[in-house]
Amino acid sequence: MGIALALLGAASAALFAGIGSAIGVGRAGQAAAGLVTEDPSQFSRALILQLLPGTQGIYGLLIAFIALSNIGLLGGQVDTGMSVGTGLMYLFACLPMAFVGLVSAMQQSKASVASIGLVAKRPDQFGKSMIFPAMVETYAILALLISILAINGIPR
Amino acid sequence: MSDNQYYYAVARIRSKELSLLDQVFIDQLLGARNIDEALRLLQDKGWHMPDEYTTESERVEKMLAAEKKKTWDLIGELVDDMSVFDVLLTENDYHNLKAAVKEALTSVKHPNIFVEGGTIDPKVMKEAVASRDFGPLPDEMEPVAEKALETLLHTHDGQLTDVIIDKAALSAINDAGKRSGSPVLELYAELKVASADIKTAVRAVKTGKDKNFIKDALAPCKTLNTDKLADAAGEGMEAIYDYLSLTEYSDAVSELKKSPSAFERWCDNLIIRNIRSEITHPYTIGPLAAYIIARENEISTVRIVLSGLINDLPEASVRERAREMYV
Repeated sequence: MGIALALLGAASAALFAGIGSAIGVGRAGQAAAGLVTEDPSQFSRALILQLLPGTQGIYGLLIAFIALSNIGLLGGQVDTGMSVGTGLMYLFACLPMAFVGLVSAMQQSKASVASIGLVAKRPDQFGKSMIFPAMVETYAILALLISILAINGIPR
Repeated sequence: MSDNQYYYAVARIRSKELSLLDQVFIDQLLGARNIDEALRLLQDKGWHMPDEYTTESERVEKMLAAEKKKTWDLIGELVDDMSVFDVLLTENDYHNLKAAVKEALTSVKHPNIFVEGGTIDPKVMKEAVASRDFGPLPDEMEPVAEKALETLLHTHDGQLTDVIIDKAALSAINDAGKRSGSPVLELYAELKVASADIKTAVRAVKTGKDKNFIKDALAPCKTLNTDKLADAAGEGMEAIYDYLSLTEYSDAVSELKKSPSAFERWCDNLIIRNIRSEITHPYTIGPLAAYIIARENEISTVRIVLSGLINDLPEASVRERAREMYV
C-alpha cells in the first residue's frame, strides 16, 4: 500500500504538470500560429513565448524521476514493504508540483497569449513581453523546490 | 461560443490592427489636394484600387466595397459560426426589406438600392416581398414585412413604413446583440439602439410629430427610458436636452446644439470609444468584433473624406464629419 501511494505521488507530478503544459503550449501555439500567419518573421519570438508554459511538464517529470529513484523503482530495488506513512509522505511531497504545475502552466499560457499579442503590435518590445509570462514561472519553480526538498527529506 | 476558440484569431487580428488607419493618417487624407492624391495615400496603405470605373464616385464606391469584403473575408476565415456577428449585419437586412417593400409597390426598379453584406440574400428578400410569400424570411422579420407592406399599400405613407421597419431593425439588433453572448457586441447593440432613439426623438421634434407617434417609433433599450424620451420629444428640444443630461448620454446635448452632423459624429465616436478597451483583450471574440466595427468606421470616414474631395467641400466641413479612429 505504501509503495502504491508513493507511485501515485510520482505519477501525479508528471500527470498534472504535463496536462497543464500540454494545454498551455497548445493555447499559446494557436496564438503563435496566428501571429506567424500575418508576419512570418516573428516565428522565433512566437516560439519562445509558446514554449514558456512547457516548463511545468519538465518540472513534473523531474519530480517523478526523483521520487521513482528514491523509492527504488528505477534501480530495480523496489521497497515493496514501504509503510503507508512513508508512501503518504511521497504522495504529499509530490503534490505541490502536481497542482502548482497544472494551474501555473494554464495561467502562464494566458500571459503568453497576451504577450504574443503584444509582440504582434510591438515587435521591438519582445524582451518585456517575455517578462510577464516568466513571472508566473516563479510559482512553478517554488513548487518544484518544495517538492524536491520534501522528497529528499523523507527518511529511507 | 467558448472564448478558448479565439487564440489564433485574436493574434491575427492584433497584426491586422497595425494596418488600421490612425488619426494622423486621417489628418493627412484630409489635407490631400485632390482625389488622386487621397487615393494614392490609401493605395500606399494597401487599400484596393479598382482598374475599371466610369466616374470618381464609382471608383471610390468600388474601393470601399472591396475593403469591406476584405474585412468580412478575413473574419470568415477566422470564425466558423458567423452568426455571432449578426448584430453587425442585421441593419443591412432591414435596409433591404425597406427597399424591397417600396419596390414591390412601385413600377420603377432601382437595382442599386439593395446593399450586400446582410444575413439574407437581397434577391430572396426581393422575391419574398414581391410574391407576398414571407416564408423564406427569418421568423422575426415575417410579421414586420407583412405589416410594412400592408401599411404602405393602404396609407401610401412611406415615412410610416420606414418607422415600422426601423423600429423592428433596432429590436432585431438588440436581440442579436444579446444572442451573440459577447459583451462588446451587446454593448454595440445597446449604443446603436440608444443613439438611434435619440436621433428619432430629435427628428420627430423637428418635423412636429405627436407624442404617440414618437412612442411607437422608439425601440426599447436598457440605458434610455423611451417613455420619458418620447414625453420630452413631445415638449420640444429643451426637454430632450434636460432628459439626456440626466442619462449617460449627456455628452450628446452639446453636440446636438452644435449641428446634426456633429451629433452623427458623436454617435459613431460613442461606439468606437466604448469598444476601444478590446485592444487589450487577448483571446475573446471582442477584439474581432471591435476590429470589424473599427474597419466599418474607417471605411465611413474615408467615404466622407473622399466625397468631400470629389464635391469640393471645404476641409473644415469634412473634418467636422470625420469619425474618431480605433487606433
